[in-house]
Amino acid sequence: MKINRSFAWIDICRLAVVASLLLLSAIASAATVLSPTEWSSLVSGPYGERKAAIEKLGQADPVIASTVLQSLSQGTLFELPDGNIVIKSDKGYIQPISGRPFPADIQPARQATLNNALRRQVQNALASLSLFSPYTQTRRMAIDNLLSRPDSLSAQQLAKATSTETDPDLKAKLGILGALSIAGDQAAGSAQRLQAVVSLGAVNLSQARTVLNTVIDDEHDKSSELSLAASDALSRMDARGRNSALASNAFTGLSLGSVLVLAALGLAVIYGLIGVINMAHGEFLMLGAYATYLTQRAFQAWLPDWLDYYLIAALPVAFVITAAIGMMIEWLIIRHLYGRPLESLLATFGVSLLMMQTVRLVFGAQNVDVSNPSWMSGSVAPLADWLPTFVVAYNRLYILGFSLVVVFGLYVVLNKTRLGLFIRACTQNRSMAACVGIRTRKVDAYAFALGAGIAGLGGVALSQIGNVGPDLGQVYLIDSFMAVVLGGVGQLIGTVVGAFGLGILSKLGEPLMGAVLVKIVILLLIVAFIQKRPQGLFAQKGRSAAQA
Amino acid sequence: MKTPFELTVPERAPLFSRSGWLALMTIVIAVVLITLLGTQLTAADSPLHISDYTLTLTGKLLCYAIVAMSLNLVWGYCGILSLGHGLYFALGGYAMSMYLVQAPAPGEPSGGLPAFTFLLNWTELPWYWAGTDTLIWAVMLAVLVPGIVAFVFGYFAFRSRIQGVYLSIMTQAVTYAAMLLFFRNETGFGGNNGFTDFKSIAGYSISTTNTRTVLFLISFAILVLVFVLVQWIMTSRFGKVITAIRDSESRVMFIGFNPLHYKLAIWTLSAVLCGLAGALYAPLVGIINPGEMSPVNSIEMVIWVAVGGRGSLVGSILGVFTVNGAKTFFTAFMPEYWLYVLGGLFVVVTLFMPKGLIGLFRRRRIPAKEKTASPALSVTESV
Repeated sequence: MKINRSFAWIDICRLAVVASLLLLSAIASAATVLSPTEWSSLVSGPYGERKAAIEKLGQADPVIASTVLQSLSQGTLFELPDGNIVIKSDKGYIQPISGRPFPADIQPARQATLNNALRRQVQNALASLSLFSPYTQTRRMAIDNLLSRPDSLSAQQLAKATSTETDPDLKAKLGILGALSIAGDQAAGSAQRLQAVVSLGAVNLSQARTVLNTVIDDEHDKSSELSLAASDALSRMDARGRNSALASNAFTGLSLGSVLVLAALGLAVIYGLIGVINMAHGEFLMLGAYATYLTQRAFQAWLPDWLDYYLIAALPVAFVITAAIGMMIEWLIIRHLYGRPLESLLATFGVSLLMMQTVRLVFGAQNVDVSNPSWMSGSVAPLADWLPTFVVAYNRLYILGFSLVVVFGLYVVLNKTRLGLFIRACTQNRSMAACVGIRTRKVDAYAFALGAGIAGLGGVALSQIGNVGPDLGQVYLIDSFMAVVLGGVGQLIGTVVGAFGLGILSKLGEPLMGAVLVKIVILLLIVAFIQKRPQGLFAQKGRSAAQA
Repeated sequence: MKTPFELTVPERAPLFSRSGWLALMTIVIAVVLITLLGTQLTAADSPLHISDYTLTLTGKLLCYAIVAMSLNLVWGYCGILSLGHGLYFALGGYAMSMYLVQAPAPGEPSGGLPAFTFLLNWTELPWYWAGTDTLIWAVMLAVLVPGIVAFVFGYFAFRSRIQGVYLSIMTQAVTYAAMLLFFRNETGFGGNNGFTDFKSIAGYSISTTNTRTVLFLISFAILVLVFVLVQWIMTSRFGKVITAIRDSESRVMFIGFNPLHYKLAIWTLSAVLCGLAGALYAPLVGIINPGEMSPVNSIEMVIWVAVGGRGSLVGSILGVFTVNGAKTFFTAFMPEYWLYVLGGLFVVVTLFMPKGLIGLFRRRRIPAKEKTASPALSVTESV
């Protein structure tokens, strides 16, 4: 704390020194900024003189010049009847250099107005002046602005700015700015241009691409060193673009995989244990999403201050609701259909219709509005230098992490708890498990509830990246079952690998042949794969596997 | 000492009992007479008159009944639950529609390219449309395409011994993928609009009562033929093996049969019949689109069989008429409750009526049968 405070003190002192120095220099140079005639021509002179005056102002001391130019562009620069040039403010008129105030009730003789050409000139001058602003943020904005139209900056100003710039990041950007102008400048030395062109290859700007293309176009000899370097730089840019597209697709695939994992885990637990494909599984996802919606509404109504954290509360809510409904359905329906998996499949399909229609009647057929909490919205571009368009959305990142947490949690439940032991025992050999005293029916019920609860958690995640409507679950059932088939039944790792594999495969394939064909191809691949390995990627080993 | 070895080969059961034949004949004659009377011989305001709407609706149900019987063939008799028969149905319908959409109105010259090609700026039809401007080839396609698709899928599925729910969900996935494929405009089947606006069939205008009556009667004839065919198959030795596979596939294998051949044959036949039903459906209803392949449609087909009663041909037909009757009623009068009814049907039928409606009718006879049945083999539901 103490150290921090002393630092703050030093900062303030430093700022004060800088400010006073600037002020002093401003006053010192005040007289030399413009001659009185130039001052008045700034407001009312003919076009050429005004232009020259603005140009001169642009080369003058940044602090004074930017104030004057700003007021010029805002239309607050006036000429008083006595010939003084003043800036209008809320309190009255102030002479820009001396700081001498004038009473507000004076009727000014003339207001400085700008035509389009002059306005552009003023803007450019202002932009280059902001390069010398004491505030890093202002300089950054000015530089970013200039990067999109670099020709508005003179070489001297650039050199001056580069020499005074202290921030390394901004200095690098100024370097790019210099390279852009040198590369495009036919008059510059060829060695210099070559260096500039080569350095542009590492830049991720559309402007750089334009400049490089112009360089190639202007070069008569297409095999000249410069031209070759330019096309090489362009291809390096293209490669980065391709790589980032690839990275984006891979990440989208991972994200889809994480969603599939959340959808498939519960399905796999239930299918592995009872051999029932829960056709209503997608509807448990949907219920989880609606539970999220209800939690959000509850927070809006009763805990508006904590609204940002509703999602955390939604997790247990969704889990409990879906697990309870799952247990109820197991008790009412599935229990009576053990040993008849085809019938269970049909019955659960009926249940899914009932659940969907109920939700439709209660909440309406339209999608409901579930919003991202602020900490989940937005995105980050990691590795922006190498992969310029690779953007990672926070919500997808969180869901990826969340799915891994759920996988880990399920692993712990299955491997470290008594219930998990029973579930694994029943999955491997039901009758033997019953013989050693496990109440298999009870285990079935708990496992069904567990599977439904995981689906509920998946629903919470889904509500953050897609629409929440009654049909939400329909989309994922087939895909998540494919993940289970691919991975193999009865093994957690199989489902995880299957889901991520499917997700990444389909997203990487999409740019090659379109979403529909990819789905079909993947399906055919899975059918072919099952020919080779009917038990999936991770088959259960041992005698129990024969029964599966 | 030689022990005389006697092998008693069970005699082939008769196709139908005497009363069965009688009932079948009566129904056939009655339906034909009523149809002719209702559409041809009565005035439009007569109470006996059958409107075009009724005729089309009933014709549609006849097609569904063929579907239900073909599904019953694999599910009821062989224990293979298909959640993808909508695919074969739609393929048949599409094959037929390829002809219908090109057939010009009677008396007009050839109609040129189908409308969907203009959307895609195609100047000619893709290669797989070759020959579809003739009715014969279209009908052959309607039978062949579903047959080949089913054969290929079935070969790979049954060869690797994919069974039970595993297989069911694979059939659903294939159907779903096909639906996505047909939704694409570039696939060349009219995208999500499918085919509609048919003008004629075999040179006759498609919208006249006479053509509709003929189509209806053809559908009915094929329904009857399929009924007899399935009954004939199921009473044959082949049919016995099929039923045995349902009850215990491993035992059938141990006796020395290869279930793959039997399953593949019955599966392909079922798909062919389904395609035929689709080919009849398209001209009757006048539209075909990829929605027919949606997984829900295929599952609805399953509920027809389940409601009627698995393993019973009459049950299948009964199921189609019951479920669709209920659907027509509910969608007309209380549409938001139809899905409740449908969902409820799935649950109730599987929980309380494993033998369907037919099972309810036959319940009284069952105890008597059980006394005579051999106790050795308890029929287990196949997995």
